[in-house]
Amino acid sequence: MSAAHEQGAGHGHGHDHGHDHGGEAHGTMRDYVWGFVLSVILTAIPFWLVMAGPIADKSVTGLIITAFAAIQIVVHMIFFLHMNARAEGGWNMLALIFTIVIVVIVLTGSLWVMYHLNANMMPQSHQMDSLP
Amino acid sequence: MSIAPAAAAVTDADLTARYYDLDEHDHPEGGSTMLGFWIYLMSDLLIFAMLFATFGVLGANYAAGPGPRDLFDLPLVALNTSMLLFSSITYGFAMLAMQKGVVRQTQLWLVITGLFGAAFLGIELYEFAHLIHEGATPQRSAFLSAFFTLVGTHGLHVTFGLIWLVVLLVQVEQRGLIPANRRRLMCLSLFWHFLDVVWIGVFTFVYLMGMLR
Repeated sequence: MSAAHEQGAGHGHGHDHGHDHGGEAHGTMRDYVWGFVLSVILTAIPFWLVMAGPIADKSVTGLIITAFAAIQIVVHMIFFLHMNARAEGGWNMLALIFTIVIVVIVLTGSLWVMYHLNANMMPQSHQMDSLP
Repeated sequence: MSIAPAAAAVTDADLTARYYDLDEHDHPEGGSTMLGFWIYLMSDLLIFAMLFATFGVLGANYAAGPGPRDLFDLPLVALNTSMLLFSSITYGFAMLAMQKGVVRQTQLWLVITGLFGAAFLGIELYEFAHLIHEGATPQRSAFLSAFFTLVGTHGLHVTFGLIWLVVLLVQVEQRGLIPANRRRLMCLSLFWHFLDVVWIGVFTFVYLMGMLR
């Protein structure tokens, strides 16, 4: 009785799962066209900023193109990869969040540690230079 | 002598059947493929994160060799980026045709996607050949080692994506848009768009940031 019930529930789950995924993973023409138009704009502006150089301050330009890249990645995730919180019962999103946490730790950790390593090694090299 | 172990085995099987649920849940074929493939992509993202971190750390170590300003040709990179972007939307059109179940249209858009992908690879190989010809080889400096590893790994992914695309074209030609082929096309769709996402990071942090240095 209990086994049969469980099996039935399992089957129902499997069916729901497949249906859910079938509904979520597809895009529409609107999605793709919107994604493409936004991507073109979000790609063209950073290239223009660097190639034409309308902003004199390079670090400001760097921050702006980083922001454009971040926005474009989100646009691609939504319009091309069809990410949302419901796909695959939320497991897609959970895997993505976990990966992003690891990526952020790897990137900031590496850059931070190695930058300070460089900075702390600097006086020594100056000393070397000032030696007779 | 030989009867006792056999009897014990039967009893064991009996006990197993009594205490464990041998009849598992229904796992429809391909039911977990998309999630599994997504997890693969996430692990691939970790590889690229390592390579980006390496490039971030070593990207300014030119060893008195050529730097990004001497080497990179931004109009060429812009052309390359547009190739990948066009291939993304044409793959999207292939997926829309697949949803409608039109085999010929799906194949046509896949071929166009493949051509854009091949153009991207061609331009990248031309760029690499040009750099190596100028003496900017991976051995020249830490910057160039990191550059070739990061961009080369992305190019290798695109190459495998192209091979996969050709295989799927053959599969669709032979079997049509059967559920297995639809699943494979959806996996390649994720893979292809994922490579485009990685390329956003490459052109922003390697090429554009490099020119700002």
